[in-house]
Amino acid sequence: MATTYRICPRTGLQFDTDAEKLMRWNAVAGVLALLVGGIMAVGVVLTRWPAVHLLSADTFYMVLTAHGIDMLLFWIIFFEMAVLYFASSTLLHCRLATPKIAWAGFWLMAIGSVMTNVAIFQGESSVMFTSYVPMMAKPHFYLGLILFAVGALIGCFVFLGTLVVAKAEKTYEGSIPLVTFGALTACIIAIFTIASGAVILIPTLLWSLGFIQEIDTLIYRVVWWAMGHSSQQINVSAHVAIWYAIAAIVFGAKPMSEKVSRSAYLLYILFLQLACAHHLLADPGLSAEWKVVNTSYFMYFAVLASMIHGMTVPGAIEQAQRLKGYNKGLFEWLRKAPWGNPAFSSMFLSLIGFGFLGGISGVMMGAEQLNMLIHNTIYVPGHFHGTVVIGTTLAFMGLTYFLVPVLFKREVLFPGFAKLFPYLFGLSMYVVALVMMGAGTLGVSRRHWDMAFAGSPLAYEWPGAAYLMMGLTGVFGMIAIVAGGLWILQIVFSLLFGKKLDEGELRNAPIPLTLPAPTGAHAAHPPATPGTMVLALIFLVSFILYYFVNWKYLSSLWGLA
Amino acid sequence: MTAISPPEQRIWWKAPLDKLEFTWIMIALVWSLVMFAMMIWWHIYGNQNLANVVSKTTKEMYAAKAQAVVDKYTVRTETDKQIPVVKPPAGSDVYLIGRLWDWWPILELEKGKTYNLHLSAMDYMHGFSLQPQNINIQVHPNYDHTVKVTPTQAGTYSIVCNEYCGVGHHTMVGRIYVK
Repeated sequence: MATTYRICPRTGLQFDTDAEKLMRWNAVAGVLALLVGGIMAVGVVLTRWPAVHLLSADTFYMVLTAHGIDMLLFWIIFFEMAVLYFASSTLLHCRLATPKIAWAGFWLMAIGSVMTNVAIFQGESSVMFTSYVPMMAKPHFYLGLILFAVGALIGCFVFLGTLVVAKAEKTYEGSIPLVTFGALTACIIAIFTIASGAVILIPTLLWSLGFIQEIDTLIYRVVWWAMGHSSQQINVSAHVAIWYAIAAIVFGAKPMSEKVSRSAYLLYILFLQLACAHHLLADPGLSAEWKVVNTSYFMYFAVLASMIHGMTVPGAIEQAQRLKGYNKGLFEWLRKAPWGNPAFSSMFLSLIGFGFLGGISGVMMGAEQLNMLIHNTIYVPGHFHGTVVIGTTLAFMGLTYFLVPVLFKREVLFPGFAKLFPYLFGLSMYVVALVMMGAGTLGVSRRHWDMAFAGSPLAYEWPGAAYLMMGLTGVFGMIAIVAGGLWILQIVFSLLFGKKLDEGELRNAPIPLTLPAPTGAHAAHPPATPGTMVLALIFLVSFILYYFVNWKYLSSLWGLA
Repeated sequence: MTAISPPEQRIWWKAPLDKLEFTWIMIALVWSLVMFAMMIWWHIYGNQNLANVVSKTTKEMYAAKAQAVVDKYTVRTETDKQIPVVKPPAGSDVYLIGRLWDWWPILELEKGKTYNLHLSAMDYMHGFSLQPQNINIQVHPNYDHTVKVTPTQAGTYSIVCNEYCGVGHHTMVGRIYVK
């Protein structure tokens, strides 16, 4: 217990020095992965922009493999490790359990991510993020992923250990904070994810080394997606926790109901993973009953949970704002929100985009029969740029503006750009997600080098609108990439050259959290949230309309039975 | 006490619910159940359901079955590659092969008639993407997936491969004529 504790003079948060260093390194490693993934995005976008068609086919598939893995696994999971350490050690005012083991986990993740990237850029592992058998990558491609996963698993157990330490050393009273509860949800899902990854990637590694003859393609897809989709469910839990955290930090917002928000997280733990089935709806060999039950998260209970969070987060903000006196009409609370604060604007754009673009499209294409309309089309990346980029990445980027002064003790340089960034990046990503989904609705394939089918004797001609939308994907994709690149520069410059800020008081022992004597003053009658309810109903109406439009579209297809 | 601190009320699970919050939860629950019912309803009343008629096969066995149909019902060949155009009788079993990098053979079907379309891959996985209909089905090697299809409009349709299958993936296009 040789660690020290620092009280941040700007926020009053208490950081265990060991945990703080781990958070910084994990966040930086995440941003480095984001940088590599972002550079790869240039190649992807400029090749799929039909008028530019930059790269050759083999380079394109290599770059696309790297883009997927660096973004969907490395960037996000590194950053999530930082979130786990923050949500446990910092929010519970306690020391981090076993910091040395946490470092071992970090270095395994670092070595693994470098190894897989090396394998990809050597050029013989262009197997995409999904690495479907029987297309084989080099053994170190799989080994890198396995090492990364083991490192992340260690991080998860350090997080759980820290919860035990906090409880045992009585550093807090009552229940863990909601944000920590959300991080715990993410952690539980992560353990399931990584275990599934091990079950499929270890045999695949042995197969690529020649010890196993054959891996069944259907079994591979079923088990791989238990990792591939679940890894994105970690993000959902984590970024929803960050929405709650930013609402708390920026507005001092109190959850509308601890019971409701925690129950919604519980629904995630119980049902979210079933969504692995979303990827298997167009596959043979799985019964309709299996598909219906799993794809719907057993009667859409995880969708229910997301719809609850989608209301309770803005609802908590509305309550906090109304308590401050922004009571005029339905939306004064929202108009008077700090739209120039990038942590808030990122979080709000993330919330709206995740719901309207990522959420609605995800549920539509997750309906068993509707999936036939979009399976493997560019609609799918359109959807997950709505969830993972607008939902998760934008929330993480917004949170980083808060972390630079708090965690890195530096002032953010170029505050003018910081104000603009969430809109520039977020809104251009809104357009990217929309036009990709538009092109996908017309049938354009994902992971496809040339929509003109050069060299094929039976080439198909896509409608002009598909070309237009892929062109727009190019234009707005580039705007988003430039914005993201500037964001990375801004953060790196701030970390290196930003004004050093006061470290704050260093102590040898943590100050435990104590609950104030119950006053019941504003807890008894929080204000109603009619504005949020109106937003929620607009969401519901859009959802219902879009959902049934697609059934109408499906009914016009050839008969299939 | 916010979301980043422990709940103010220790017994938070007994706190009463906000009225609007409760209303929204009920609305969301009903909508969730409607969506769940919709998939089941479509299985009973809808005309577009993916069959799960499937058997394990081998590449050799499947290729032999496809070849037999091609030998029996080929009406002409098309393109420089002499791709056979197969016109099977309505109601019969039709075999489509996905391989690096084509869909083989070309099919000629009759509008309004039903066929048992078999799908399987010879090497990697492939993606059957019928355009401009936009029907998309995953095609596995070693699995023979049988789908009952009933073309409802005449025309020339393309089968684009939409599962990444290597560097020639973009050249993998097949064709179905409906007359």
